Amino acid sequence: MSSTAAPSLNFRDRLRAFNKCVCDGARLMVGQGDYGTYVAHIQKTHPDQAPMTEREFFRNRENARFGVGNTSGFRCC
Amino acid sequence: MGALQKHGPWALVGALGAAALAVVATERGESINALWVVVAAVCVYLIGYRYYSLYISNNVMRLDPKRETPAHRHNDGLDYVPTNKTVLFGHHFAAIAGAGPLVGPVLAAQMGYLPGMLWILAGVVLAGAVQDFMILFISMRRDGRSLGELIRAELGVIPGVIALFGTFMIMVILLAVLAMIVVKALAESPWGTFTVAATIPIAILMGLYARYIRPGKIGEVSIIGFVLLMAAILGGGQINEHPTWGPAFTFTGTQLTWMLIGYGFVAAILPVWLLLAPRDYLSTFLKIGTIVGLALGIVVVAPHMQMPATTKFVDGTGPVWAGSLFPFLFITIACGAVSGFHALISSGTTPKLVDNEMDTRFIGYGGMLMESFVAIMALVAASVIDPGIYFTMNSPGALLGTSPETAAAAVTKLGFPIGADVIAQTAKDVGEHSIISRTGGAPTLAVGMAHIISSAIGGKAMMAFWYHFAILFEALFILTAVDAGTRAGRFMLQDLLGLISPTFKDTSSWGPSVVATALCVGAWGYFLYQGVTDPLGGIYTLWPLFGISNQMLAAVALTLATVVIFKMKRERYAFITIIPTVWLCICTLTAGWQKIFSPDPKIGFLSHADRFSAAIAEGKVLGPAKSMDDMHKIVFNDRIDAALAVFFVGLVIAIVVFGVMACVKAYRADRWTALEADPKLAPAE
Repeated sequence: MSSTAAPSLNFRDRLRAFNKCVCDGARLMVGQGDYGTYVAHIQKTHPDQAPMTEREFFRNRENARFGVGNTSGFRCC
Repeated sequence: MGALQKHGPWALVGALGAAALAVVATERGESINALWVVVAAVCVYLIGYRYYSLYISNNVMRLDPKRETPAHRHNDGLDYVPTNKTVLFGHHFAAIAGAGPLVGPVLAAQMGYLPGMLWILAGVVLAGAVQDFMILFISMRRDGRSLGELIRAELGVIPGVIALFGTFMIMVILLAVLAMIVVKALAESPWGTFTVAATIPIAILMGLYARYIRPGKIGEVSIIGFVLLMAAILGGGQINEHPTWGPAFTFTGTQLTWMLIGYGFVAAILPVWLLLAPRDYLSTFLKIGTIVGLALGIVVVAPHMQMPATTKFVDGTGPVWAGSLFPFLFITIACGAVSGFHALISSGTTPKLVDNEMDTRFIGYGGMLMESFVAIMALVAASVIDPGIYFTMNSPGALLGTSPETAAAAVTKLGFPIGADVIAQTAKDVGEHSIISRTGGAPTLAVGMAHIISSAIGGKAMMAFWYHFAILFEALFILTAVDAGTRAGRFMLQDLLGLISPTFKDTSSWGPSVVATALCVGAWGYFLYQGVTDPLGGIYTLWPLFGISNQMLAAVALTLATVVIFKMKRERYAFITIIPTVWLCICTLTAGWQKIFSPDPKIGFLSHADRFSAAIAEGKVLGPAKSMDDMHKIVFNDRIDAALAVFFVGLVIAIVVFGVMACVKAYRADRWTALEADPKLAPAE
């Protein structure tokens, strides 16, 4: 999600980066963060732990947005 | 030379904006092009962003690109994740933009487009965007804590509890008003009711698909949902014509109210993946898409403003809502100029995802400017339709009667000549039985949007489709807000009740959950029912109450920001939050006072109640009440509304008093007393 890759001048790379930005943006709008970033983070900081599967991650995020005890899914007027 | 290069282009932007504003403000007699309004707004935003937000970030916040943000400090790959600035902007904007900036400006158009436009522009640059930016900054420096926690920490425990309770009451009013907009838009409209009802099975289908068939494929499932939605709109057209199904989907406002209350209760206790989350995808993407589409439509079509710059209703005699320009315009347009609810969002998920402190300027200040632009577009949409149609749709039924002839006569008498045939033809064009007294803002906005979009795509033949598309778009995200809001309200209520009886805090057990949900639905349901059965049309009574409460929450948030500025010992810059706080307090306290005590029964709740109880004592039934029962109900509702206004006034006064005390204490202290998290510098990566 945090794009750390050096900016490329290649048109196709740029298009790909733009697409990723749009898709990430659209997913985060509904509370779904980037799975790849999550896996990378777990592998880097907790190499002994197995990361959640993509399906578990999806459900975890869904519950974090609207689930029990959480008000962060609250939308503005 | 350096200064010229740096500021020269901005001076040109400023000059262009000034010229556009001059055109908008001085054009009299003939209609102007809506593009002038758009250009003026965009220039104001650019200048405000370039200079004022930079001033705030350099002097008040002193944002530090090297300082570690909560996303880095607590990075867990889940809730705290350093996120690309543009991606996070989208997330933040999608969370703050809703029905508010679309409805408020439509209602405010009864005074002409100029007063509303000036307030939206001045309000957002000096108040709304400042609030969002400051609260995002404050929360980010405190590990992304919520508004309630921030108030408790910086102002004290008692103000914290007051603010929590106030937020809950404000949310109740918000949900009631939002639900009422849906009811008003769908009443007696089989086409609209069918399409909105169809969203429930569509969402459930999507929910099952995203849970069991292709988990996590949001794009895919949203496209399926979107196609089904478009089919539902087309199907609604067939239903509308059908001799048996048409009447089967025709409901009165009261019937829809009960359905919505039942729906709200069931939806709030269903598992989130089944209904809420999938509908959230649809409503979010449709919302963003429609906003972009509307912006393109306005630029391509470049429609003319039909509404005069100002109407005679600035004196407070307008039929859409009661009260004079000051203070009521400033509470009618809340979202789009300044909205207290954003303080909840800015202290929600966004601060936990900020990658670099410098990004908050774009996300906090810029995000609110974007929402303000949505409000400007709504104002344009309401102003490009014939003013006669505007007042036909937004005046109370008691004034207009029920036939095109009576409505045309009444609106012409108001000073906006219109023929009965035009009213009947417009209703036919948009595929509705009647457009008379379709209050609530949504139908008006839908007619405006249909007018603009059909000029670009499809022409008159597509107008009914675009009208129902616009209604669906609004109803969809309002229902999502009602659903998510009921859930959030339930958790807030369980928190509050937990202060009295700890068993209530258990959000996972059934008993307390059902009780809290029922209380929450009951609370907004009461105001919804009251509004829908209100002979004056509900919006007339409840929208000011909603506006007052929302602006008061903004005053509370800005008070918190002021206290934090004092605690940082930067009080010489405190004017940037003190000015909007004082202005909001003046507006909301005056409006609150008038709503309670005004001797004019059109404005004051108590004088309205007195008038009706005097009539009860004489045994008379006053119109628009139809029976003695109605009379008693009106008096009771008036008193409840008055009590609520008293509560909101008391709430804001209490918070401001606590705020002033905290500022004085911080001013006397000889050092920094704000409670920021450890300013450890981010490790260089």
